[in-house]
Amino acid sequence: MEWETVIGLEIHAQLATRSKIFSESSTAYGAAPNTQANLVDLGYPGVLPVLNSAAVRMAVRFGLATGATVRRRSIFARKNYFYPDLPKGYQISQYELPIVEDGSLDILLEDGSRKSIGITRAHLEEDAGKSLHEGFQGISGIDLNRAGTPLLEIVSEPDMRSAKEAIAYMKKVHTLVRYLGICDGNMQEGSFRCDANVSVRPQGQAALGTRAEIKNLNSFRFVERAINHEVVRQVGVLESGGSVVQETRLYDPDRNETRAMRSKEEANDYRYFPDPDLLPLVIDDALVEEVRGTLPELPDEKAARYCRDFELSAYDAGVLTASRDLAMYFEAVVEKLGGQPKLAANWVMGELSGALNRDGLEVDASRVPATALAGLLARIGDDTISGKLAKEVFEAMWSEGRGADEIIDAQGLRQITDSAAIEQAIDAIMAANPKQLAEYRSGKDKLFGFFVGQVMKATQGKANPAQLNELLKRKLGGA
Amino acid sequence: MHTLTVGEIAAGLAARRFSSVEITRHLLGRIERLGAGLNAFVTVTAERALQDAREADARLACGEGGPLTGVPIAHKDIFCTDGILTTCGSRMLDTFVAPYDATVVARWRSAGTVLLGKTNMDEFAMGSSNETSFFGPVRNPWDPARVPGGSSGGSAAAVAARLAPAASGTDTGGSIRQPAALTNLTGLKPTYGRVSRYGMIAFASSLDQAGVLARSAEDAARLLGAMAGFDPRDSTCVDSPVPDYHGALAVPLEGLRIGVLREFFDKGLDPRVGRLVRAAISALEERGASVREVSLPHLPLSVPTYYVVAPAECSSNLSRFDGVRFGHRCEKPRDLLDMYERSRGEGFGDEVKRRIMTGTYVLSAGYYDAYYLKAQKVRQLIAGDFARAFAEVDVVIGPTTPTAAFELGAKTSDPITMYLNDIYTIGANLAGLPAVSVPCGFVREGDRELPAGLQLIGPHFGEARLLGIAHQYQLMTDWHRRMPPGYE
Amino acid sequence: MSLTRAQVEGIARLARLQITEEQLPVYVDRLSRIIDFVEQLSAAKTDDVEPMAHPLAGQVQRLRADEVRETDQHEKYQRNAASVAAGLYLVPKVIE
Repeated sequence: MEWETVIGLEIHAQLATRSKIFSESSTAYGAAPNTQANLVDLGYPGVLPVLNSAAVRMAVRFGLATGATVRRRSIFARKNYFYPDLPKGYQISQYELPIVEDGSLDILLEDGSRKSIGITRAHLEEDAGKSLHEGFQGISGIDLNRAGTPLLEIVSEPDMRSAKEAIAYMKKVHTLVRYLGICDGNMQEGSFRCDANVSVRPQGQAALGTRAEIKNLNSFRFVERAINHEVVRQVGVLESGGSVVQETRLYDPDRNETRAMRSKEEANDYRYFPDPDLLPLVIDDALVEEVRGTLPELPDEKAARYCRDFELSAYDAGVLTASRDLAMYFEAVVEKLGGQPKLAANWVMGELSGALNRDGLEVDASRVPATALAGLLARIGDDTISGKLAKEVFEAMWSEGRGADEIIDAQGLRQITDSAAIEQAIDAIMAANPKQLAEYRSGKDKLFGFFVGQVMKATQGKANPAQLNELLKRKLGGA
Repeated sequence: MHTLTVGEIAAGLAARRFSSVEITRHLLGRIERLGAGLNAFVTVTAERALQDAREADARLACGEGGPLTGVPIAHKDIFCTDGILTTCGSRMLDTFVAPYDATVVARWRSAGTVLLGKTNMDEFAMGSSNETSFFGPVRNPWDPARVPGGSSGGSAAAVAARLAPAASGTDTGGSIRQPAALTNLTGLKPTYGRVSRYGMIAFASSLDQAGVLARSAEDAARLLGAMAGFDPRDSTCVDSPVPDYHGALAVPLEGLRIGVLREFFDKGLDPRVGRLVRAAISALEERGASVREVSLPHLPLSVPTYYVVAPAECSSNLSRFDGVRFGHRCEKPRDLLDMYERSRGEGFGDEVKRRIMTGTYVLSAGYYDAYYLKAQKVRQLIAGDFARAFAEVDVVIGPTTPTAAFELGAKTSDPITMYLNDIYTIGANLAGLPAVSVPCGFVREGDRELPAGLQLIGPHFGEARLLGIAHQYQLMTDWHRRMPPGYE
Repeated sequence: MSLTRAQVEGIARLARLQITEEQLPVYVDRLSRIIDFVEQLSAAKTDDVEPMAHPLAGQVQRLRADEVRETDQHEKYQRNAASVAAGLYLVPKVIE
């Protein structure tokens, strides 16, 4: 029996507003418990919600960036259930008429082809608080700082057919929300959360199988492993004659398995109804056009431009545009350099990214600013140093925070481009290695590399490689 | 001094005939002597009242007083008052000290009023007789064996008994107008959105509105003016200028088009109340108003509509009372579920639980369309009926209640009987219209004279004209000046 | 329309209200009467009628500027709580 996997993702992105969606409390992360929870957030008797304009604009931005319909009239609804981290006993969300509908994002598959993933809807809602269990016996401590933080819930169509596709989509959304400046995408801090709806069906069957919802997925790796594990689990259930239960499961990263959540006594009936404390959200064309005007160049557009104008490969363009900051860095290097995008691309994807990863830094905290890197690359271009030596210079720039020229001069790394000097070095090596010289001249071409290495060693790597090659060929050839 | 109206108090204070401290002391004394018999107050804020009065006197002395400076008032215990017990008539909040002032409270405070205390009310504003309060029923000063109406029964009893010259109330299905009618007061429910709901403990969010119980339309106008207006903290509050209600009371009756509501004069109406209302209408006619009959054919469905919509909204609004952050928590909860169920089971009285459960049911899966959605559609029809009527008339008139005050305990066994008390008042809430009840005469029951109320309903934001018509009527009559025996 | 005992128990559970064995029949009776009473609505013709969520037609939601204006008052607010420690509201353990 061939099984097909069907996956849909629900992503909750915390919107990067200063204040909460319905109250004037701060959304800053990391404050002491309940110090950023005002009367409205606490659901005190008599309080009322008032909608944050920035949250609306961010939702519209997302809608426009995904080619979705921005509903001109959307409604807030109450989702009613009891939980200690939900102060009002209901969450203000959107149900029947969400602000954004029918968008899509393209993902790049491993074979290089593109696939469009549908976005059914994206809606605004408020986040709940947090329950803390450590250090307490039989008791939980509730922190409501997070309660009321704006969320954009992004629901995909069940268009993904493998964990890899799911990750590609999730990364695409992650990149996009950061490009748009609407979410910082920090999964450790919980500002970007993902639930996966996974089901399987016999290959060729049109009807969807029963799905399980997997929660607690706060890294790309967890999502991939959880989905893969869940697929195996469901197939196992079905192949042994059982049926999949529609339920919510928690992913346990330590055991790499999903398990059913302690089920509530009965399925929750959320009793959605339009929130009478909030009026219909009406968005006019002027607002939509205004937001459209603030959209940055989106990742796909940028990558396409890199391929077209810089002749980079789709893969390289994809890597460079995965983060807006990285792309901005790259573009700054190219601009300062006045060209040579391929060189710049190699260095940004190579040395720069390597150094950032090694030191756990984000691009905007790079120890070598874009202009400095451009300066280094210029010295390769003008033959001041070789590409190989440039790597050492880069490391020195990174650790010392100095510019390329400073380091080149301080360490005396300038390339030797004086033909006479190189010839002199070659002559010395030839004289010191008569045996190898004879062997080369009698046909052992491989020894060419030996001579290159020796001259390089003698010149501390500073001989200009192109000139060295040419001169060496001539001299070894017997001129 | 206690028989003075708000206007007369303000004039007396301005002319230095007495001070705010003097009148406040006088009223606090009356409350102490007479308050317990009526059970009108949950909390008497004597110290705060005297402090307010002293501040008011100081301002008056500097000539910095306004039209309400130094005037004592009471607030229904549904309004949050900073640092003061705010119970909403419920065990759930019986020790709850609000950490902030409701907008209504803050506005009357900055207008210089003096807070005498928090008045008793039906629990969470659910009731028409003030018999569901955790703190015991309120009695009608006109006959202590009878109810004062609800849910603003405490405010009504306090003002009627001359313990306070005026008080705030809230009206979701008639909770200001009905008690006003049963206690011989002028009770105004403004247009929905005219007054901020911030700080007013929510019952049914799309129906609730704050208003005034006073002894005259003139007083109500003064107090409404100090209460009304845009509040950025309430999304449903309308941003439009507040007229000078007190300055606009001289509404001409000549040419006024009155609509008499056919559906109001039905078989449930006590014929004596009906006669009084018709007499009032004739009096207006004599002054040049024209009268015609109007029909609001969907109005008979207003009570069942209300008893779907209001419970639905309240079932959600009251979910926040879970014992976690404030309010009653049960002793030694076994686990989370037990904590919720017992805290709420103990904290809420039966009527509140009934309405929460009704609301939960009508919103639940499989029933939402048939009940909640249906009720909201019928609501639209009722509002449409009113809109059509207001194309032809300026004001719709009828009785406020089907009967005068009934006896304590008379209607508590069958919820439907109690709900039908609101039959004339609910329509205005469903359509968000302003409405006022004014005294229009007395009905005799045994050796007691019981007041009856005339209700005027106007189009959206027409409260200025309603108050004007009521004022003109009060210039022609003196029902509103009569005081309950023993409280003169 | 009569509600069954099981229905009423289910509603009470959804609403987190403890109803005792003694009280249950009274609630079943009263709630049944109420639901019976509101059944009248089904007779109304509402085919092309929009449900009315807010009484003032045409009102739309106002948007607020994205500004932080709150200061920390948690100590004042937590005075009303039954059980607080280390700034957290305490409840019986939440089991996932």
